[in-house]
Amino acid sequence: MAADNAIKMRAQLKGEITEIKILMSHPMETGRRKNDLDEAIPAHFIQLVTVKLNDKPVLEAQWGTGISKNPYLTFHVRGAKVGDKVVVTWHDNKGDSNSGEIAVA
Amino acid sequence: MQRRDFLQLLLGAAAATLLLPINVLAAIWNKAAFEATTVDAAAKDMGIASESVSPDIQIKAPDYAENGAVVQVEVRSNIPNTEAIAILVDKNPTSLIANFMFSNGAEPFVVTRIKMAETSNVVAIAKVGGQYFKARKNIEVSENGCG
Repeated sequence: MAADNAIKMRAQLKGEITEIKILMSHPMETGRRKNDLDEAIPAHFIQLVTVKLNDKPVLEAQWGTGISKNPYLTFHVRGAKVGDKVVVTWHDNKGDSNSGEIAVA
Repeated sequence: MQRRDFLQLLLGAAAATLLLPINVLAAIWNKAAFEATTVDAAAKDMGIASESVSPDIQIKAPDYAENGAVVQVEVRSNIPNTEAIAILVDKNPTSLIANFMFSNGAEPFVVTRIKMAETSNVVAIAKVGGQYFKARKNIEVSENGCG
């Protein structure tokens, strides 16, 4: 995994709830912008995000071009314990994908 | 098994493996809904026949956003057994921003950052069984964030 497209994650147990925060690196191009030469910049955006807790899906998201560049996400899961494994994976419209992993702390 | 059949099987399996991510993605991603240009059209393409306004769907977002490229939005459903929350923007070139599906203990709650082209309503639609509940919030935007 190249450092420049690494996924930053945090999973923190707070009482009964685990707060999962995710920051991804992605241009999220809409396809409607133009470069300095007035050429259209092709759409390039994440379409699918999956988050698994100990291999079970907890969040599955479909995205369009309206999510901001370098997407940010926070959500909450009940029933997780310290040390549980959180894995996030994204797929974009060009067939690229990336994933990141962190333990609940 | 004939050698030729075996090779064809092998080639087929290799091709299937290579193509899997894109095929799966194409099958899952709701192209029609994401290309729809109004909230109503996007909702229809998501199979939503009607949705009722509910105070149990809460949208936390700024009243005013200087830069439409990054608007932080928090959506929570207080309705038990909420399965999914979709976020849409009335006046964006395409209305559907995202659809989040929760399972295995995930709360129907999400914070994310979205793009807004102009002053508009943000609409959140929650799926609860076969029913849909929504809330909206107006956000004033001074700079187009859709490019």
